Amino acid sequence: MMEQLSVEHLVGIRDLTRNDIELIFKTADSFKDVINRPIKKVPSLRDITIANLFFENSTRTRLSFELAEKRLSADIVNFSAASSSVKKGETLIDTVNNILSMKVDMVVMRHPNPGAALFLSQRTNTRVINAGDGTHEHPTQGLLDAFSIRERLGSVEGKKVVIVGDILHSRVALSNIYTLQKLGAEVMVCGPTTLIPKYIDLLGVKVEHNLRRALEWCDVANMLRIQLERQDIHYFPSLREYSMQYGLTMELLNSLDREIVVMHPGPINRGVEITSEVADSTQSIILNQVENGVAIRMAAIYLLASKIGR
Amino acid sequence: MEKQVILNEQQVQLTMNRLAYQLIENHSDFSSTVLVGLQPRGIHVLTRLKTILEEITGQVITCGQLDITFYRDDFRRREKPLIPSATNIDFTIEGKNVVLVDDVLYTGRTIRSGLDALLAFGRPKRVELLVLIDRRFQRDLPIQADYVGQPIDALNSERVSVEWKEVEGKDSIILFTPLNDGAA
Repeated sequence: MMEQLSVEHLVGIRDLTRNDIELIFKTADSFKDVINRPIKKVPSLRDITIANLFFENSTRTRLSFELAEKRLSADIVNFSAASSSVKKGETLIDTVNNILSMKVDMVVMRHPNPGAALFLSQRTNTRVINAGDGTHEHPTQGLLDAFSIRERLGSVEGKKVVIVGDILHSRVALSNIYTLQKLGAEVMVCGPTTLIPKYIDLLGVKVEHNLRRALEWCDVANMLRIQLERQDIHYFPSLREYSMQYGLTMELLNSLDREIVVMHPGPINRGVEITSEVADSTQSIILNQVENGVAIRMAAIYLLASKIGR
Repeated sequence: MEKQVILNEQQVQLTMNRLAYQLIENHSDFSSTVLVGLQPRGIHVLTRLKTILEEITGQVITCGQLDITFYRDDFRRREKPLIPSATNIDFTIEGKNVVLVDDVLYTGRTIRSGLDALLAFGRPKRVELLVLIDRRFQRDLPIQADYVGQPIDALNSERVSVEWKEVEGKDSIILFTPLNDGAA
Protein backbone atom coordinates (compact mmCIF):
# COMPACT_ATOMS: atom_id res chain seq x y z
CA MET A 1 0.00 0.00 0.00
CA MET A 2 1.22 3.48 -0.74
CA GLU A 3 0.27 6.58 1.14
CA GLN A 4 1.85 9.88 1.92
CA LEU A 5 1.79 12.63 4.52
CA SER A 6 -0.08 15.80 3.52
CA VAL A 7 2.67 18.02 4.98
CA GLU A 8 6.30 18.76 4.09
CA HIS A 9 7.32 19.60 7.66
CA LEU A 10 6.20 18.46 11.08
CA VAL A 11 5.69 21.84 12.75
CA GLY A 12 2.53 21.12 14.69
CA ILE A 13 -0.27 18.62 14.99
CA ARG A 14 -2.70 21.36 14.01
CA ASP A 15 -1.52 21.03 10.38
CA LEU A 16 -2.02 17.25 10.25
CA THR A 17 -5.08 15.37 9.09
CA ARG A 18 -6.46 12.33 10.85
CA ASN A 19 -5.11 10.26 7.96
CA ASP A 20 -1.62 11.65 8.55
CA ILE A 21 -1.77 10.66 12.20
CA GLU A 22 -3.03 7.18 11.38
CA LEU A 23 -0.32 6.75 8.73
CA ILE A 24 2.34 7.71 11.27
CA PHE A 25 0.89 5.22 13.77
CA LYS A 26 0.80 2.43 11.22
CA THR A 27 4.41 3.07 10.24
CA ALA A 28 5.41 3.32 13.91
CA ASP A 29 3.90 -0.14 14.51
CA SER A 30 6.43 -1.56 12.06
CA PHE A 31 9.30 0.39 13.56
CA LYS A 32 8.37 -0.74 17.05
CA ASP A 33 8.78 -4.24 15.71
CA VAL A 34 12.18 -3.32 14.28
CA ILE A 35 13.54 -1.88 17.54
CA ASN A 36 12.65 -5.08 19.35
CA ARG A 37 14.74 -7.26 17.01
CA PRO A 38 18.26 -8.49 17.76
CA ILE A 39 19.51 -6.00 15.16
CA LYS A 40 17.55 -2.83 15.78
CA LYS A 41 18.49 -1.03 12.64
CA VAL A 42 17.25 -0.61 9.07
CA PRO A 43 19.18 0.93 6.17
CA SER A 44 16.36 3.14 4.79
CA LEU A 45 17.92 6.58 5.42
CA ARG A 46 21.56 5.86 4.78
CA ASP A 47 21.83 8.74 2.30
CA ILE A 48 20.11 11.33 4.52
CA THR A 49 21.82 13.73 6.92
CA ILE A 50 19.90 15.15 9.84
CA ALA A 51 20.91 18.02 12.12
CA ASN A 52 19.59 18.07 15.67
CA LEU A 53 19.47 21.69 16.78
CA PHE A 54 18.69 22.10 20.45
CA PHE A 55 18.46 25.72 21.53
CA GLU A 56 16.93 24.58 24.79
CA ASN A 57 17.83 21.81 27.21
CA SER A 58 16.52 18.33 26.61
CA THR A 59 17.55 14.84 27.57
CA ARG A 60 14.77 12.49 26.65
CA THR A 61 13.59 14.08 23.42
CA ARG A 62 17.10 14.58 22.13
CA LEU A 63 18.17 11.05 22.93
CA SER A 64 14.99 9.69 21.46
CA PHE A 65 15.43 11.60 18.19
CA GLU A 66 19.08 10.62 18.01
CA LEU A 67 18.29 6.94 18.50
CA ALA A 68 15.46 7.10 15.97
CA GLU A 69 17.81 8.64 13.39
CA LYS A 70 20.56 6.12 14.06
CA ARG A 71 18.18 3.20 13.79
CA LEU A 72 17.15 4.48 10.38
CA SER A 73 20.86 4.66 9.42
CA ALA A 74 20.84 8.43 8.89
CA ASP A 75 23.98 10.49 9.40
CA ILE A 76 23.53 12.97 12.19
CA VAL A 77 25.10 16.13 13.54
CA ASN A 78 24.28 17.50 16.95
CA PHE A 79 24.21 21.07 18.01
CA SER A 80 23.33 22.63 21.31
CA ALA A 81 23.01 26.34 21.92
CA ALA A 82 25.08 26.21 25.07
CA SER A 83 28.28 25.52 23.14
CA SER A 84 27.67 27.47 19.94
CA SER A 85 27.99 30.77 18.13
CA VAL A 86 24.46 31.68 19.23
CA LYS A 87 26.21 32.93 22.32
CA LYS A 88 28.28 35.15 20.04
CA GLY A 89 25.21 36.86 18.63
CA GLU A 90 24.40 34.86 15.49
CA THR A 91 20.75 34.85 14.36
CA LEU A 92 18.71 31.67 14.05
CA ILE A 93 18.50 31.91 10.25
CA ASP A 94 22.24 32.41 9.93
CA THR A 95 23.03 29.52 12.23
CA VAL A 96 20.70 27.21 10.34
CA ASN A 97 21.78 28.32 6.88
CA ASN A 98 25.37 27.69 7.81
CA ILE A 99 24.51 24.18 8.87
CA LEU A 100 22.43 23.60 5.76
CA SER A 101 25.23 24.68 3.45
CA MET A 102 27.07 21.64 4.75
CA LYS A 103 24.40 19.59 2.90
CA VAL A 104 21.96 18.65 5.60
CA ASP A 105 18.60 17.25 4.47
CA MET A 106 16.51 17.59 7.58
CA VAL A 107 16.49 19.65 10.75
CA VAL A 108 15.10 18.62 14.11
CA MET A 109 14.81 21.71 16.24
CA ARG A 110 13.91 22.62 19.79
CA HIS A 111 13.70 26.33 20.49
CA PRO A 112 12.45 28.46 23.41
CA ASN A 113 10.40 30.74 21.10
CA PRO A 114 6.93 29.70 19.92
CA GLY A 115 6.82 29.71 16.12
CA ALA A 116 10.54 29.10 15.62
CA ALA A 117 9.94 25.86 13.71
CA LEU A 118 7.36 27.47 11.41
CA PHE A 119 9.69 30.41 10.82
CA LEU A 120 12.46 28.04 9.80
CA SER A 121 10.25 25.94 7.56
CA GLN A 122 9.20 29.05 5.61
CA ARG A 123 12.65 30.51 5.19
CA THR A 124 14.98 27.62 4.58
CA ASN A 125 15.18 24.90 2.00
CA THR A 126 15.00 21.93 4.33
CA ARG A 127 12.55 19.65 6.10
CA VAL A 128 11.82 20.74 9.65
CA ILE A 129 10.67 18.63 12.55
CA ASN A 130 9.60 20.61 15.58
CA ALA A 131 10.97 19.06 18.77
CA GLY A 132 9.25 21.70 20.90
CA ASP A 133 8.92 25.43 20.28
CA GLY A 134 8.45 27.32 23.54
CA THR A 135 4.93 26.97 24.92
CA HIS A 136 3.44 26.22 21.48
CA GLU A 137 3.63 22.61 20.25
CA HIS A 138 5.65 19.43 20.69
CA PRO A 139 4.13 17.30 17.94
CA THR A 140 6.07 14.07 18.37
CA GLN A 141 5.15 14.03 22.08
CA GLY A 142 1.47 14.47 21.22
CA LEU A 143 1.74 11.61 18.73
CA LEU A 144 3.57 9.25 21.05
CA ASP A 145 1.11 9.91 23.89
CA ALA A 146 -1.86 9.09 21.68
CA PHE A 147 0.03 6.08 20.26
CA SER A 148 0.60 4.82 23.81
CA ILE A 149 -3.10 5.20 24.65
CA ARG A 150 -3.99 3.31 21.47
CA GLU A 151 -1.55 0.57 22.46
CA ARG A 152 -2.91 0.23 26.02
CA LEU A 153 -6.64 0.69 25.36
CA GLY A 154 -6.94 -0.57 21.77
CA SER A 155 -8.03 2.76 20.31
CA VAL A 156 -8.20 6.47 21.00
CA GLU A 157 -11.65 7.08 19.52
CA GLY A 158 -14.24 7.80 22.21
CA LYS A 159 -11.75 7.72 25.09
CA LYS A 160 -11.78 10.40 27.77
CA VAL A 161 -8.41 11.94 28.52
CA VAL A 162 -7.66 14.52 31.18
CA ILE A 163 -4.48 16.59 31.05
CA VAL A 164 -3.56 17.74 34.54
CA GLY A 165 -1.25 20.54 35.63
CA ASP A 166 0.52 23.45 34.01
CA ILE A 167 -1.52 23.81 30.83
CA LEU A 168 -0.50 27.44 30.40
CA HIS A 169 3.17 26.73 29.81
CA SER A 170 2.83 23.32 28.23
CA ARG A 171 3.51 22.56 24.57
CA VAL A 172 2.77 18.94 25.37
CA ALA A 173 -0.78 19.86 26.37
CA LEU A 174 -1.54 21.66 23.10
CA SER A 175 -0.13 18.91 20.88
CA ASN A 176 -2.01 16.33 22.95
CA ILE A 177 -5.28 18.22 22.62
CA TYR A 178 -4.97 18.43 18.82
CA THR A 179 -3.91 14.80 18.39
CA LEU A 180 -6.55 13.35 20.68
CA GLN A 181 -9.36 15.43 19.23
CA LYS A 182 -8.41 14.56 15.67
CA LEU A 183 -8.57 10.89 16.63
CA GLY A 184 -12.01 11.32 18.18
CA ALA A 185 -11.18 11.41 21.89
CA GLU A 186 -12.73 13.75 24.46
CA VAL A 187 -10.24 16.00 26.23
CA MET A 188 -10.43 17.77 29.57
CA VAL A 189 -7.82 20.02 31.16
CA CYS A 190 -7.48 20.24 34.91
CA GLY A 191 -5.41 22.56 37.10
CA PRO A 192 -5.50 25.72 39.16
CA THR A 193 -7.25 28.64 37.42
CA THR A 194 -3.95 30.49 37.08
CA LEU A 195 -2.40 27.66 35.02
CA ILE A 196 -5.34 27.16 32.62
CA PRO A 197 -5.19 29.57 29.66
CA LYS A 198 -8.22 31.82 29.20
CA TYR A 199 -10.53 30.77 26.34
CA ILE A 200 -9.03 27.28 26.15
CA ASP A 201 -12.63 26.02 26.02
CA LEU A 202 -12.76 27.46 22.49
CA LEU A 203 -10.58 24.48 21.48
CA GLY A 204 -13.46 22.26 22.50
CA VAL A 205 -11.93 20.94 25.71
CA LYS A 206 -13.65 20.65 29.06
CA VAL A 207 -12.19 22.59 31.99
CA GLU A 208 -12.20 21.25 35.54
CA HIS A 209 -10.49 22.58 38.64
CA ASN A 210 -11.08 19.63 40.93
CA LEU A 211 -8.71 16.70 40.39
CA ARG A 212 -11.00 14.08 41.90
CA ARG A 213 -13.91 15.02 39.65
CA ALA A 214 -11.58 14.99 36.64
CA LEU A 215 -10.27 11.53 37.51
CA GLU A 216 -13.78 10.18 38.01
CA TRP A 217 -14.62 11.31 34.49
CA CYS A 218 -11.58 10.07 32.60
CA ASP A 219 -10.08 6.85 31.15
CA VAL A 220 -6.58 8.32 30.98
CA ALA A 221 -4.82 10.93 33.10
CA ASN A 222 -1.80 12.68 31.62
CA MET A 223 0.08 14.37 34.47
CA LEU A 224 2.20 17.33 33.39
CA ARG A 225 5.21 18.76 35.15
CA ILE A 226 5.04 22.21 36.72
CA GLN A 227 7.38 24.21 34.47
CA LEU A 228 8.97 26.40 37.11
CA GLU A 229 11.58 27.60 34.60
CA ARG A 230 8.87 29.23 32.47
CA GLN A 231 6.93 30.74 35.34
CA ASP A 232 7.71 34.41 35.68
CA ILE A 233 5.27 35.07 38.52
CA HIS A 234 3.82 32.93 41.32
CA TYR A 235 0.86 31.03 39.95
CA PHE A 236 0.15 29.15 43.20
CA PRO A 237 1.22 29.65 46.82
CA SER A 238 3.71 26.77 47.08
CA LEU A 239 4.68 23.48 45.47
CA ARG A 240 3.44 21.72 48.59
CA GLU A 241 0.02 23.27 48.22
CA TYR A 242 -0.07 22.42 44.52
CA SER A 243 0.86 18.87 45.30
CA MET A 244 -1.93 18.57 47.87
CA GLN A 245 -4.52 19.87 45.39
CA TYR A 246 -3.29 18.36 42.13
CA GLY A 247 -0.80 15.63 43.02
CA LEU A 248 -1.82 12.12 41.96
CA THR A 249 -1.52 9.67 44.85
CA MET A 250 -2.19 5.95 45.17
CA GLU A 251 -4.89 6.72 47.70
CA LEU A 252 -6.72 8.85 45.16
CA LEU A 253 -6.32 6.26 42.39
CA ASN A 254 -7.58 3.43 44.62
CA SER A 255 -10.64 5.41 45.65
CA LEU A 256 -11.87 5.56 42.03
CA ASP A 257 -14.41 2.94 40.96
CA ARG A 258 -12.29 1.77 37.99
CA GLU A 259 -8.69 1.58 36.81
CA ILE A 260 -7.47 4.52 34.81
CA VAL A 261 -4.26 4.75 32.78
CA VAL A 262 -1.62 7.14 34.13
CA MET A 263 0.77 8.97 31.81
CA HIS A 264 3.54 11.52 32.23
CA PRO A 265 5.65 13.09 29.46
CA GLY A 266 8.66 13.42 31.77
CA PRO A 267 10.77 14.64 33.39
CA ILE A 268 8.89 13.63 36.56
CA ASN A 269 9.02 15.70 39.71
CA ARG A 270 8.36 12.82 42.06
CA GLY A 271 6.20 13.87 44.98
CA VAL A 272 4.90 16.99 43.24
CA GLU A 273 2.47 16.15 40.42
CA ILE A 274 2.70 12.39 40.94
CA THR A 275 3.95 10.20 43.79
CA SER A 276 6.65 7.57 43.23
CA GLU A 277 4.17 4.86 44.08
CA VAL A 278 1.84 5.91 41.26
CA ALA A 279 4.64 6.52 38.75
CA ASP A 280 5.97 3.00 39.30
CA SER A 281 2.58 1.26 39.47
CA THR A 282 1.11 -1.07 36.85
CA GLN A 283 -1.43 1.60 35.90
CA SER A 284 1.39 3.86 34.74
CA ILE A 285 2.60 3.61 31.13
CA ILE A 286 5.34 6.20 31.52
CA LEU A 287 8.14 3.93 30.33
CA ASN A 288 6.04 2.61 27.44
CA GLN A 289 5.69 6.23 26.34
CA VAL A 290 9.46 6.53 26.20
CA GLU A 291 9.84 3.34 24.15
CA ASN A 292 7.06 4.40 21.78
CA GLY A 293 8.76 7.78 21.39
CA VAL A 294 11.56 6.20 19.39
CA ALA A 295 9.16 4.33 17.10
CA ILE A 296 6.99 7.41 16.52
CA ARG A 297 10.01 9.56 15.72
CA MET A 298 11.36 6.93 13.32
CA ALA A 299 7.99 6.94 11.56
CA ALA A 300 7.81 10.74 11.32
CA ILE A 301 11.37 11.03 10.02
CA TYR A 302 10.92 8.13 7.59
CA LEU A 303 7.71 9.53 6.11
CA LEU A 304 9.08 13.06 5.76
CA ALA A 305 12.38 11.82 4.32
CA SER A 306 10.52 9.87 1.66
CA LYS A 307 9.36 13.24 0.29
CA ILE A 308 12.88 14.54 -0.22
CA GLY A 309 13.76 14.36 -3.92
CA ARG A 310 17.03 12.93 -5.08
CA MET B 1 -3.64 -5.68 -23.09
CA GLU B 2 -3.37 -9.28 -24.21
CA LYS B 3 -3.97 -11.96 -21.63
CA GLN B 4 -2.36 -15.39 -21.61
CA VAL B 5 -2.86 -17.99 -18.89
CA ILE B 6 0.47 -19.63 -18.05
CA LEU B 7 -0.77 -21.95 -15.32
CA ASN B 8 -4.41 -22.77 -14.57
CA GLU B 9 -5.84 -23.89 -11.25
CA GLN B 10 -4.92 -27.55 -11.70
CA GLN B 11 -1.41 -26.76 -12.91
CA VAL B 12 -0.78 -24.43 -9.98
CA GLN B 13 -1.77 -27.23 -7.63
CA LEU B 14 0.57 -29.70 -9.41
CA THR B 15 3.44 -27.24 -9.33
CA MET B 16 2.94 -26.49 -5.64
CA ASN B 17 2.91 -30.22 -4.89
CA ARG B 18 6.13 -30.73 -6.83
CA LEU B 19 7.83 -27.86 -4.96
CA ALA B 20 6.75 -29.41 -1.67
CA TYR B 21 8.28 -32.79 -2.61
CA GLN B 22 11.50 -31.11 -3.73
CA LEU B 23 11.75 -29.42 -0.34
CA ILE B 24 11.16 -32.72 1.44
CA GLU B 25 13.92 -34.36 -0.62
CA ASN B 26 16.45 -31.81 0.60
CA HIS B 27 15.24 -31.15 4.12
CA SER B 28 13.85 -34.57 5.20
CA ASP B 29 12.30 -33.98 8.61
CA PHE B 30 12.29 -30.15 8.70
CA SER B 31 13.63 -30.15 12.27
CA SER B 32 16.15 -27.45 11.52
CA THR B 33 14.42 -25.86 8.54
CA VAL B 34 12.16 -22.83 8.61
CA LEU B 35 10.16 -21.25 5.79
CA VAL B 36 10.05 -17.47 5.51
CA GLY B 37 7.62 -15.80 3.10
CA LEU B 38 8.23 -12.33 1.71
CA GLN B 39 5.46 -9.79 2.25
CA PRO B 40 3.08 -9.20 0.73
CA ARG B 41 2.56 -11.72 -2.10
CA GLY B 42 5.02 -14.40 -1.06
CA ILE B 43 2.79 -15.14 1.91
CA HIS B 44 0.18 -16.82 -0.29
CA VAL B 45 2.77 -19.23 -1.70
CA LEU B 46 4.00 -19.90 1.82
CA THR B 47 0.55 -20.61 3.24
CA ARG B 48 -0.24 -23.06 0.45
CA LEU B 49 3.14 -24.74 0.75
CA LYS B 50 2.81 -25.12 4.51
CA THR B 51 -0.55 -26.85 4.15
CA ILE B 52 0.79 -29.31 1.57
CA LEU B 53 3.99 -30.03 3.51
CA GLU B 54 2.13 -30.63 6.77
CA GLU B 55 -0.29 -32.96 5.00
CA ILE B 56 2.53 -35.04 3.53
CA THR B 57 4.96 -35.09 6.47
CA GLY B 58 2.49 -34.94 9.34
CA GLN B 59 4.76 -32.44 11.06
CA VAL B 60 4.30 -28.81 11.97
CA ILE B 61 6.38 -26.64 9.65
CA THR B 62 7.78 -23.46 11.22
CA CYS B 63 6.86 -20.47 9.08
CA GLY B 64 7.47 -16.76 9.29
CA GLN B 65 6.57 -13.61 7.40
CA LEU B 66 9.19 -11.06 6.47
CA ASP B 67 8.60 -7.48 5.37
CA ILE B 68 11.40 -5.87 3.41
CA THR B 69 10.11 -2.31 3.01
CA PHE B 70 12.81 -0.63 5.09
CA TYR B 71 15.56 -2.59 3.32
CA ARG B 72 14.64 -1.69 -0.24
CA ASP B 73 17.16 0.13 -2.41
CA ASP B 74 14.57 2.33 -4.11
CA PHE B 75 13.51 4.42 -1.10
CA ARG B 76 13.05 8.03 -2.32
CA ARG B 77 13.28 6.90 -5.94
CA ARG B 78 9.59 6.17 -5.82
CA GLU B 79 6.80 8.69 -6.11
CA LYS B 80 5.25 7.67 -2.84
CA PRO B 81 6.59 5.91 0.23
CA LEU B 82 5.83 2.24 0.67
CA ILE B 83 3.91 1.36 3.75
CA PRO B 84 5.22 -1.80 5.38
CA SER B 85 3.30 -5.00 6.05
CA ALA B 86 3.78 -7.04 9.19
CA THR B 87 6.93 -8.96 9.95
CA ASN B 88 6.19 -12.04 11.99
CA ILE B 89 9.20 -14.16 12.89
CA ASP B 90 8.77 -15.45 16.43
CA PHE B 91 11.56 -18.03 16.29
CA THR B 92 15.30 -17.82 16.01
CA ILE B 93 16.90 -18.39 12.63
CA GLU B 94 20.35 -18.79 14.19
CA GLY B 95 21.92 -21.93 12.70
CA LYS B 96 18.72 -22.86 10.81
CA ASN B 97 18.23 -23.71 7.18
CA VAL B 98 16.01 -20.93 5.91
CA VAL B 99 13.94 -21.18 2.76
CA LEU B 100 12.87 -17.76 1.47
CA VAL B 101 9.57 -17.99 -0.37
CA ASP B 102 8.24 -15.51 -2.91
CA ASP B 103 5.84 -15.57 -5.84
CA VAL B 104 7.80 -14.02 -8.72
CA LEU B 105 11.58 -13.72 -9.10
CA TYR B 106 12.26 -10.86 -11.49
CA THR B 107 15.11 -8.37 -11.05
CA GLY B 108 16.37 -10.02 -7.87
CA ARG B 109 16.25 -6.75 -5.94
CA THR B 110 13.46 -7.87 -3.65
CA ILE B 111 15.44 -10.97 -2.73
CA ARG B 112 18.56 -8.88 -2.09
CA SER B 113 16.53 -6.74 0.34
CA GLY B 114 15.03 -9.91 1.79
CA LEU B 115 18.47 -11.33 2.56
CA ASP B 116 19.42 -8.09 4.31
CA ALA B 117 16.21 -8.07 6.31
CA LEU B 118 16.60 -11.74 7.20
CA LEU B 119 20.08 -11.27 8.63
CA ALA B 120 18.67 -8.79 11.17
CA PHE B 121 17.19 -11.85 12.87
CA GLY B 122 20.42 -13.77 13.25
CA ARG B 123 22.88 -15.85 11.26
CA PRO B 124 21.23 -18.74 9.47
CA LYS B 125 23.24 -21.82 8.55
CA ARG B 126 22.05 -21.68 4.99
CA VAL B 127 19.52 -19.72 2.96
CA GLU B 128 17.70 -21.10 -0.06
CA LEU B 129 15.22 -19.45 -2.38
CA LEU B 130 11.92 -20.87 -3.58
CA VAL B 131 9.83 -19.03 -6.16
CA LEU B 132 6.66 -19.97 -7.97
CA ILE B 133 7.59 -18.03 -11.13
CA ASP B 134 11.09 -17.29 -12.38
CA ARG B 135 11.28 -14.56 -15.02
CA ARG B 136 14.56 -15.72 -16.47
CA PHE B 137 17.05 -13.41 -18.21
CA GLN B 138 15.62 -10.36 -16.42
CA ARG B 139 17.98 -10.18 -13.48
CA ASP B 140 19.65 -6.97 -12.29
CA LEU B 141 21.63 -8.86 -9.65
CA PRO B 142 23.39 -12.24 -9.54
CA ILE B 143 20.60 -14.05 -7.69
CA GLN B 144 19.10 -17.42 -8.68
CA ALA B 145 16.41 -19.58 -7.12
CA ASP B 146 17.02 -23.10 -5.75
CA TYR B 147 13.44 -24.23 -6.34
CA VAL B 148 11.44 -22.92 -9.29
CA GLY B 149 7.76 -23.63 -9.93
CA GLN B 150 7.66 -22.37 -13.51
CA PRO B 151 10.34 -20.50 -15.45
CA ILE B 152 8.99 -18.05 -18.01
CA ASP B 153 10.57 -15.83 -20.62
CA ALA B 154 8.75 -12.51 -20.71
CA LEU B 155 9.63 -9.09 -22.03
CA ASN B 156 10.20 -6.21 -19.67
CA SER B 157 7.03 -4.55 -20.92
CA GLU B 158 5.01 -7.61 -20.00
CA ARG B 159 3.53 -8.19 -16.60
CA VAL B 160 3.11 -11.45 -14.72
CA SER B 161 0.22 -11.70 -12.31
CA VAL B 162 -0.15 -14.49 -9.75
CA GLU B 163 -3.72 -14.88 -8.53
CA TRP B 164 -4.94 -16.92 -5.59
CA LYS B 165 -8.24 -18.49 -4.71
CA GLU B 166 -8.15 -16.83 -1.28
CA VAL B 167 -7.72 -13.33 -2.72
CA GLU B 168 -8.76 -13.13 -6.36
CA GLY B 169 -11.24 -16.01 -6.39
CA LYS B 170 -9.22 -18.50 -8.40
CA ASP B 171 -5.68 -19.84 -8.74
CA SER B 172 -4.02 -18.80 -11.95
CA ILE B 173 -0.89 -17.29 -13.36
CA ILE B 174 -1.42 -14.82 -16.14
CA LEU B 175 0.91 -13.03 -18.52
CA PHE B 176 -0.24 -9.58 -19.65
CA THR B 177 1.23 -8.26 -22.91
CA PRO B 178 0.59 -4.64 -23.92
CA LEU B 179 -0.75 -4.44 -27.49
CA ASN B 180 1.55 -3.32 -30.35
CA ASP B 181 4.55 -3.98 -28.20
CA GLY B 182 5.11 -7.69 -28.58
CA ALA B 183 7.23 -7.36 -31.72
CA ALA B 184 9.44 -4.54 -30.52
